[in-house]
Amino acid sequence: MGRLLEGIVSALGGPPLEHRHDGAVLALPLEGGDRAAFTTDSYVVSPLFFPGGDIGKLAVYGTVNDLAMCGARPAYLSVGMILEEGLPWETLERVVESLREAADRAGVYIVTGDTKVVDKGKGDGLFLNTAGLGIVPSGVEVRPSEVRPGDVVLLSGDLGRHGIAILATREGLEFETAIESDCAPLHEPVLRLLAEGVEVHCMRDLTRGGLASALLEIAQSTQLHIEIEETAIPVRPEVQAACELLGLDPLYVANEGRWVTFVPEGEAERALTLLRDYPVSAEACAIGRVLPASEALGGLVTLRTAIGTTRTVDWLSGEQLPRIC
Amino acid sequence: MCLAVPGRIVELQEEGPLARQGRVDFGGLVKTVNLTLVPEARVGDYVLVHVGIAISVVDEREARRVLEFLQQEAPEDLEELRIPEEGG
Amino acid sequence: MRFLEEYRDRRWAQRYARLIARTVTRPWTLMEVCGGQTHAIVRFGIDELLPDEITLVHGPGCPVCVTPVEILDKALYLAAQPGVIFCSFGDMLRVPGSQGDLLRVKAQGADVRIVYSPLDAVRLAQRYPDREVVFFAVGFETTAPANALAVRQAHALGLKNFSLLVAHVLVPPAMEAILRSPANRVQGFLAAGHVCTVMGYEEYRPLARRYRVPIVVTGFEPLDLLQGIYLCVRQLEEERFEVENQYARSVRPKGNREAQRLIREVFEVVPRKWRGMGELPRSGLGLRAPYRQYDAEHKFALYSSGSDEPEDCIAGLVLQGIKKPPDCPAFGTRCTPEHPLGAPMVSSEGACAAYYRYRRRPSEGHGRREEVSASE
Repeated sequence: MGRLLEGIVSALGGPPLEHRHDGAVLALPLEGGDRAAFTTDSYVVSPLFFPGGDIGKLAVYGTVNDLAMCGARPAYLSVGMILEEGLPWETLERVVESLREAADRAGVYIVTGDTKVVDKGKGDGLFLNTAGLGIVPSGVEVRPSEVRPGDVVLLSGDLGRHGIAILATREGLEFETAIESDCAPLHEPVLRLLAEGVEVHCMRDLTRGGLASALLEIAQSTQLHIEIEETAIPVRPEVQAACELLGLDPLYVANEGRWVTFVPEGEAERALTLLRDYPVSAEACAIGRVLPASEALGGLVTLRTAIGTTRTVDWLSGEQLPRIC
Repeated sequence: MCLAVPGRIVELQEEGPLARQGRVDFGGLVKTVNLTLVPEARVGDYVLVHVGIAISVVDEREARRVLEFLQQEAPEDLEELRIPEEGG
Repeated sequence: MRFLEEYRDRRWAQRYARLIARTVTRPWTLMEVCGGQTHAIVRFGIDELLPDEITLVHGPGCPVCVTPVEILDKALYLAAQPGVIFCSFGDMLRVPGSQGDLLRVKAQGADVRIVYSPLDAVRLAQRYPDREVVFFAVGFETTAPANALAVRQAHALGLKNFSLLVAHVLVPPAMEAILRSPANRVQGFLAAGHVCTVMGYEEYRPLARRYRVPIVVTGFEPLDLLQGIYLCVRQLEEERFEVENQYARSVRPKGNREAQRLIREVFEVVPRKWRGMGELPRSGLGLRAPYRQYDAEHKFALYSSGSDEPEDCIAGLVLQGIKKPPDCPAFGTRCTPEHPLGAPMVSSEGACAAYYRYRRRPSEGHGRREEVSASE
């Protein structure tokens, strides 16, 4: 066990890891009204490796993105691993390499970690947990309660690539055309918006449950009404085709490198110009707006369809499954 | 029963009586499809695919008639609506 | 995507809507038979485009809704057997049996796999010769040729570890059962376009004549549904009761002969129990004697438990269009998509789930959906 941890830790090392304590002692660069942001997430994706990424990359970017959504600059991560007895060492090495690469790319340090081994059959090969610490600059307040009627909803890019990439690894669902996960860190364009003084009210990254779930959470927490325009929502033709074949609604398909930003109407154009400067949000666009709460529609998300009608976007009970009818 | 999606045959692969297959292009996404039930289908034809099996060849002339029919029934609408061109 | 997006054009849809509104002079109740049509109606908000005079009733055309509890129980039993790989379309994973559903059995460690095609199940059987692969063969006539092909392929490959749990149902007997019921309110049908692609539509002519109902074979895109509704309503206004084909780009009068030949070779017509409607004679498909070895019920010696749907569930009456979901005492309280009592609450095109989504809708002058139960 000690050898296992040594091996992993030495692969992930950054300066704070040079001292082999049980925990990392960090000097956080907090000034004035700066606050620390803290988040955690666990990753149980199967398969471990998929087109465009793997569990390691997901685990780092997922936590980096959660920090970014609060308006924080991500700084430090921890990694907890639960390994199933019999997991090939080579698989573990690949995941660790991926964790390190992702951390490098995101500019964060993995400063502490833990590994445990469970009996065969008690885990899906490998489960990961990452927790992250970041710094929110003074004056930055980004959360659902800041959302106002009249706010414009900006989406950073096209939907559904991650969910389809994962599904397509399953038996019989393979397509000739490779669809890759959109797994990516989002903090750079986010921090740029904040640095340029754009009034950002709220942000939410899209993960499981897709765009629909992210918007429903915000609508529910604010009890405001969010309306989006189907024709404004970008979906790549191959992803659209895969969704048609499998009977999936792109609104609910998972993403790992997309987010929504709520800004006042007057800020929308400036925000979009800034976002489009970055590859991960090069196709950022406005997809809808926040409407005043009404008794009938507060807490709801509605969609104006391609044929000009309006319907509610509902919560999904559980994961969206391919269908034939 | 229900979900069948149109795609264009880009390549035919005859592989035995029960496994006549083809590569079918669904708007940019290519998948191999069983074509046993559409022996008349040729490369370039559009087929409707249900659970990995083509169940009919799309009749392109009939396809346009959904729109032509509306033109006939409701010609008094002033808006000029163009029926999409063939091909593409 | 060609032959898809053209039929989702806003201006054409609005134009069809105006045409329908100009045509109706009194209330009409129509039923769209197929679950995929229901799904499209919900997804595109088609009923918002229809005048108040038109009521759409969601029909029983979805395997999720009509597969009886006892078949689900057999599926759950098979899936839990060691050594079995149980393959199914995604639709069936959340349909409740007597105790739980396939998703729960999967979570408990059973090897349950979602497949896109029955041919994928055959490939699995080839790949895992020491496992028993069982495919859950639900569906209407549209899916029967695919299942027949899978059986023929397995036979040609000499596979001993492949079988189907068959729960195929046929559409015309269900429509007839609805029409025969004294409580029936359906005056016109949108027939299932992909079922008819396989089977043709000759068998609907006697139904149209005998019960004096227009039957329009309809597709699945917004313009298809709108044209289908228009043709149906036009017949009703003109007191005609004929079979018309809206979906001619896919449906030929005699259907797909090759597909029918394959079905006849592998399957035979049998009585089938329908969830909430009881057993209907000659309403399903079962494997013919030469292919009995591919019948999971035969192979695993399964017997019928005679279990029934929960009493609270009025699915049968809903599926026949006799009652509406809000009429059900359990609707939205004991029975919701998160914990369904019956099949129509499980999938988004199930009648009850469709209503559940609509229970709070924007009432921009189209408050019809919100007022449906009141205006009954």
